[in-house]
Amino acid sequence: MNPMIPLFVVIPLAGAFLIMILGRFIRNFNKYLASLILLFLVVVSFWSLFTTGSNVSVYKAGGWEAINSVPIGVYMVMDGFTAIVLCIINLIGFLSVFYSISYIARYTSENYFYALFCLMVAGMNGVVLSGDIFNIFVFLEISAISSYALVAFGVEKNELEATFKYQVLGGIASFLILMGIAFIYWEAKTLNIADIRNVFSSGYDRSYYLLIQILLLSGFGLKAAIIPFHAWLPDAHSSAPSPISAMLSGVLIKAVGIYVIIRLFFNMFAISEGMAILITTLGALSMVVGVFLAIGQWDIKRLLAYHSISQMGYVILSVGIGMMLISRGIRSEIAALAIAGGIFHLINHAAFKGLLFLNAGAIEYSTGTRNLQEMGGLAKSMPATSATSLVASLSISGIPPFNGFFSKLIIIVAAIMARFYFLAFLAVIVSIITLASFMKFQRYAFYNKAEGDNKQKIKEVPFPMLFSMIVLGIICLLLSLLVFPGIREMILTPATDILMDPSRYSSQITGI
Amino acid sequence: MIPYYLCFILFLVGLYGVITRRNLVKIAISLSIMEFSTFLIFALIGFREGGVAPIVDPADPVKLYVDPLPQALVLTAIVIGLATTAMLMAVIIRIYRKYGTFDIREIKNLRG
Repeated sequence: MNPMIPLFVVIPLAGAFLIMILGRFIRNFNKYLASLILLFLVVVSFWSLFTTGSNVSVYKAGGWEAINSVPIGVYMVMDGFTAIVLCIINLIGFLSVFYSISYIARYTSENYFYALFCLMVAGMNGVVLSGDIFNIFVFLEISAISSYALVAFGVEKNELEATFKYQVLGGIASFLILMGIAFIYWEAKTLNIADIRNVFSSGYDRSYYLLIQILLLSGFGLKAAIIPFHAWLPDAHSSAPSPISAMLSGVLIKAVGIYVIIRLFFNMFAISEGMAILITTLGALSMVVGVFLAIGQWDIKRLLAYHSISQMGYVILSVGIGMMLISRGIRSEIAALAIAGGIFHLINHAAFKGLLFLNAGAIEYSTGTRNLQEMGGLAKSMPATSATSLVASLSISGIPPFNGFFSKLIIIVAAIMARFYFLAFLAVIVSIITLASFMKFQRYAFYNKAEGDNKQKIKEVPFPMLFSMIVLGIICLLLSLLVFPGIREMILTPATDILMDPSRYSSQITGI
Repeated sequence: MIPYYLCFILFLVGLYGVITRRNLVKIAISLSIMEFSTFLIFALIGFREGGVAPIVDPADPVKLYVDPLPQALVLTAIVIGLATTAMLMAVIIRIYRKYGTFDIREIKNLRG
């Protein structure tokens, strides 16, 4: 029993209630309480990252012990992979909330904003920690409902249209997931992920198993905006207030989409080659189509949103390559490399895409426009924003020595070593197109000569926004250290091990 | 087996409505139909022919109970569904105030 685990859900939930009750009476209570909560969670999540290592620690809610080694309570599980995703959620969450202190001041009803933000963080932490599949659904809905409300926070025409689309598609995704859960319960008579694996490992009906997998893949694929299911993402992510866009793009699609897909398909289902091929194809498709849709965009946040689809494609592609090698039972060290590359890119994407959305918010805050054609020459008037966005653009395009280079390198090397030359070629091409697209962003926003003389009054943004952007810029540089041997073994290897050896996950939880 | 197929048909009816209807409120209703067909399937899974409510009475041991877990799960899911529907209706009212129409063909600021 690890008593720290429930704190990740309980503290932000309590914070949301306190903000709604006390925020009315005490001025500025909401922003300081939200920042303090997230700061505390950052400390706890990094502490758990360094202490968890390769252990799997379980918290049984209410103290319900297993009977005849069949788990009956609600389990919350912390392992290497969980700890990494928790660190991402809470770190980006803290920086976004700190950034909001000055950004959100121009909206009314700030109390609702901070309360919904805390609820969203609680939901995502719950999804990541939950050890049984129905609680994944419950926490996913908590984070989804608060994110619907946050996308509509501006209550103008665009925001409402985007949130309607997001809600309809998110609703369909939820019902597909719930149906998948119902079918799992029908066959396995249990909801615990580890126990489901034990039940299914003693034999199952193949077509029924495939039906469950397809339902869950399309449900969580809608949440993760993999390419055939991507229609809501560019609207929702570009209409939300910028700190929320940073949370949605940087964290939400990973925590409730990619993380759950990886967790279920490695640790709950037995890996089959057909599923591996399907996931790899979806990943390659997202990677290519996302980047081509991004080229033509002139709205900064839409451009960034399409790049999110493309970069998530890299993660899914490399995880799919890992699955394919595992299902064939050959060269497990290359499979481990591919999965490590995918997880590494997931971490990096949170850092640089969070930073890019915060930059876009800073530009909108100072100039009042999101259209690239109306900007220009901002490098002089906003030096810090310009410098940090250059760091982020170089990271996402994969230029050394920034973090994006190393994760893309690992993915491409793993694809070549696994003899998927075509996929490696696609990854290189997509990386080059990404570079071109971000050169356009840099050139039009920061370096073109400004026309007109209303550019004098553009000032650099206030301190809280600067602080968040600069910290994320430094993190982008520091994350490249993860590639070096000593640090990689400490952080990435535990996560890869728990995915590579699925029987260890279930045996550590159920104790068989 | 027939009730299960009927639930699945209900799910498809809802999906058809979401795809083809032009009115925002009708889309919301279709989503609710999908939602409740899922709940029906889930609740049906716990059903046993001739089973009774799972209240254990030591004096009169009954062999066959219905499975209580799906009922508890569906109750949770209904509460969540209520929250989503309320949120969706609130957004629809706001959209009507801004655009002055429920027709989805007129609401197309965002494209590309």
